[in-house]
Amino acid sequence: MINMANDIPAWAAILVIFFLLLGSFIIVVGTLGLVRLGDFYQRIHGPAITITLGTGSVLIASMILFSSTHERLVIHELLITAFVFLTAPLGAMMMMRAAVYRGRRQQQRDESK
Amino acid sequence: MKSWFPAPWLSVCLLAIWLLLNQSLELGQILFGILLAIAIPVITAPLRPNFPAVTRPIALFRLLSYALVEIIRSSFNVSRIILFRGTKNVNSQFIIIPLDMDNPAGLALLSCLINSTPGTVWVEYFSDRRELSLHVFDLHDEAWWIDTIKNKYEKPIMAVFE
Repeated sequence: MINMANDIPAWAAILVIFFLLLGSFIIVVGTLGLVRLGDFYQRIHGPAITITLGTGSVLIASMILFSSTHERLVIHELLITAFVFLTAPLGAMMMMRAAVYRGRRQQQRDESK
Repeated sequence: MKSWFPAPWLSVCLLAIWLLLNQSLELGQILFGILLAIAIPVITAPLRPNFPAVTRPIALFRLLSYALVEIIRSSFNVSRIILFRGTKNVNSQFIIIPLDMDNPAGLALLSCLINSTPGTVWVEYFSDRRELSLHVFDLHDEAWWIDTIKNKYEKPIMAVFE
């Protein structure tokens, strides 16, 4: 296990490094979006890149790494992709609707004052 | 055949999920997977809304590949805005898109695709007016967005379930 780095063929190592760097970069940018963006409606778009391209790149790196070291296809990461695709949109939609509802209530309260 | 597999695609997916989770193609796992693929759709039948079947898988595949390219492209667009543009001049807007589709399965698929694409979030679907409200991160041309959603997403989705 300690010598695993020696067992990875060079082409796989390069691809894994590329996808890991891309994924981590995108995840950092998505998180940075939470800090830099102005209001809630803008901030909801920041983490969206983390869950799509960020997770996607890390999962591709994982598939390449374990497929090349185990000498068989390791693709159960595809399940994570499918579950993220099915669940993340629901979370985004619920938060968005909650924010819109809060905004409307705030507006009503301001008008009645 | 119909009564054994009331939802054939669901059964295929369940078998695939079982085999992927166990990471094996042994006979025992395949048999147990088939057992699950028969039992789970029968047990969950009352929970399942009466969705129309996917009649054109090729259209679905083409739609998903287009969406994948779009997701990657807009990920880089959103990253560029976060990194290099001040947040003051980002034009975040709500837009209203009139839809022709009122099929619940199609709307569910559309919402997954739109919410998975960075830069757009689904806000609300007004079923009485058949209008969809979206929030767009950086709006430059409203007509272009309406055209894209209608021609690149809505029409292919209607073709998938037709």
